[in-house]
Amino acid sequence: MSQLAFSNLSKAFGSFKVFDGLSLAAEAGEIVVIFGSSGTGKTFLLRLIAGVEEPTTGTIEIGGRDVTEIPPEQRNVGMAFQNFALFPHMSARENIASPLRAAHADEATVESGVSRVAKLLKIDHVLGHAPRELSNGQKQRTALARALAAEPRILLLDDPLRNVDAKLRFEMRLELPRLLRQSGATVLYVTQDYKEAMALADRIAVLAGGRFVQVGTPEEIYMAPSTLGVAKLFGDPSINTLETRLSADGMWVAIRGKDIRIDKAAKLGGREVILGVRPEAVALTQSQVGLPATVMAVTPLNERVVLLLESDGGWEFLASLPSAAADIPEPNTRLSVTFAAEGVHLFDPTTGERLHG
Amino acid sequence: MDHTSTFERILRGILLALVVLFFMFPIFWILLMSFQTNESILRMPPSVFFTPTFDNYIALVTGEMRTAAGSLQLNFMQNLWNSVLLSTTSVAVALVLGVPAAYAFARFKFRLGEDIAFTLLSFRFAPPLLVLLPLSLYFKSLGLTNTYIGLIWVYQLICLPLILWIVRGYFEDLSPDIEHAHRIAGYSWFQTFRKIAVPLALPGIAAAGLLAFIFSWNNFVFALVLASADKQPVTVGALAFVTASGIQYGQIAAAIVMSVIPTFVLAMFAQRYLVEGLSLGAVKG
Repeated sequence: MSQLAFSNLSKAFGSFKVFDGLSLAAEAGEIVVIFGSSGTGKTFLLRLIAGVEEPTTGTIEIGGRDVTEIPPEQRNVGMAFQNFALFPHMSARENIASPLRAAHADEATVESGVSRVAKLLKIDHVLGHAPRELSNGQKQRTALARALAAEPRILLLDDPLRNVDAKLRFEMRLELPRLLRQSGATVLYVTQDYKEAMALADRIAVLAGGRFVQVGTPEEIYMAPSTLGVAKLFGDPSINTLETRLSADGMWVAIRGKDIRIDKAAKLGGREVILGVRPEAVALTQSQVGLPATVMAVTPLNERVVLLLESDGGWEFLASLPSAAADIPEPNTRLSVTFAAEGVHLFDPTTGERLHG
Repeated sequence: MDHTSTFERILRGILLALVVLFFMFPIFWILLMSFQTNESILRMPPSVFFTPTFDNYIALVTGEMRTAAGSLQLNFMQNLWNSVLLSTTSVAVALVLGVPAAYAFARFKFRLGEDIAFTLLSFRFAPPLLVLLPLSLYFKSLGLTNTYIGLIWVYQLICLPLILWIVRGYFEDLSPDIEHAHRIAGYSWFQTFRKIAVPLALPGIAAAGLLAFIFSWNNFVFALVLASADKQPVTVGALAFVTASGIQYGQIAAAIVMSVIPTFVLAMFAQRYLVEGLSLGAVKG
């Protein structure tokens, strides 16, 4: 039995549909990342599950119980908001204690519960402070602690690292998975940072246009994106694309006048496609087998170097190489490139759907 | 970074002093008048030097005014008590009714919501004389004329719109997420209203309550028409000083001083909340 399940969830404001038929089931202890660009309703989905908004249609089940009509205080969920939403007139301690007090826990239980999560999140030294005296990082941890305090079965985290500085975000990205596993709760985690999604998720649900376009493990999403849109969302720099046509036997693809061999599309012969090539699947070679191209620009990007290349036919695309790689070419170098098969994806030009397994 | 020159600062000080003098002078003069006899008030030219007397205050407190034409009974202490009773009860009733209503208008969209809120506001800018005639007829048939309950009811026309609209603004400024977080933590909507919404809007509620109190205190026309002497507040009661033998300026001044004190004390007390509210807003987020 899944810990959290919602099916056919829809929400409309007049004729404007936020969601149309969302369904998902998550097991106890599973971390599901709801991923999507801003304005896709990720936060709204969490609010529906928390019960502070009502769906137009559909059902929500927590621990096998239908909670669709049940008010938020009876759902046994914890939620951390993107803007923290701490109670400004209560100390950090009282903020964290509030879910325990709501459950009428005795003073000793409240005390031990608060100090347990406060230690876990390393905020035990600021418990006496009012929210306005806390740094953003401490506010964010207090908000997390409050969500965790009553050991809810469902934990809803709304982009909790959005409003904290880059250094803390990086640290928390490493810390959070361990912390969330310890809680044993089913976690729905909203983010629009694909690295965060890949680092934390057991499964990622990609939300776009009011529905889940793909639900899968981070590897599945990255290695086999179900649509061009998903492929573009995951990866930095983002995937190279080109509208083109496959040869009759499906083994070759034309790139601005030069045929390049790809091995994966035998049954798609002769079709119009959108070719997608991950920048890190682009390999440089000196032999003449590949696509002739010129290096236009070289940009170091942390542990990788990004090359802007232009093929002889005028297709501009990016290649991403490890910084440690030998002989990074200079601008204006002439060379050939080949594409690693696992980084090449074909999509339908009209629907954007993935065309192969 | 202060670029103002010494000259500018001195000029500003002088101008501010002039403004304060302009506004405070009448109050200061009334305070002086309240310690003088009618004769010394009316002498020409006026002077700030006189022999102070407490006769005016004694007359007000004992309720016996001695004039050239003889002794007159005064209701002033009763009027003052009426003012306190009417204003505090009206504001209390308006807070009990208005704060939840303001919350509803701020948080929920419902049919005719805006229309109802606007109608309530319109009570504030409709001239009171417009409603007085029908009201006095209704009050007669309901037996509410010259009752505290009737007056408190009518005073809601003054208090309720003020409280509703001011407090609504404060509620709207609160992030709904804070209330959502409290609900999710396990509290019912009423507990959330009591423990989150009301405490956070308290500076606004205090300000609105104070304003409503002052407006009620200063009201004249409702009480004049709908109540008789024993239920009337100080504003109407002060008319008694216009006697057949002349206007009792000294006693009017003493009455004004005494009737200003409650509002003054309340303002001093509520100021703490008002200032607190301002500084709370400054570090929001």
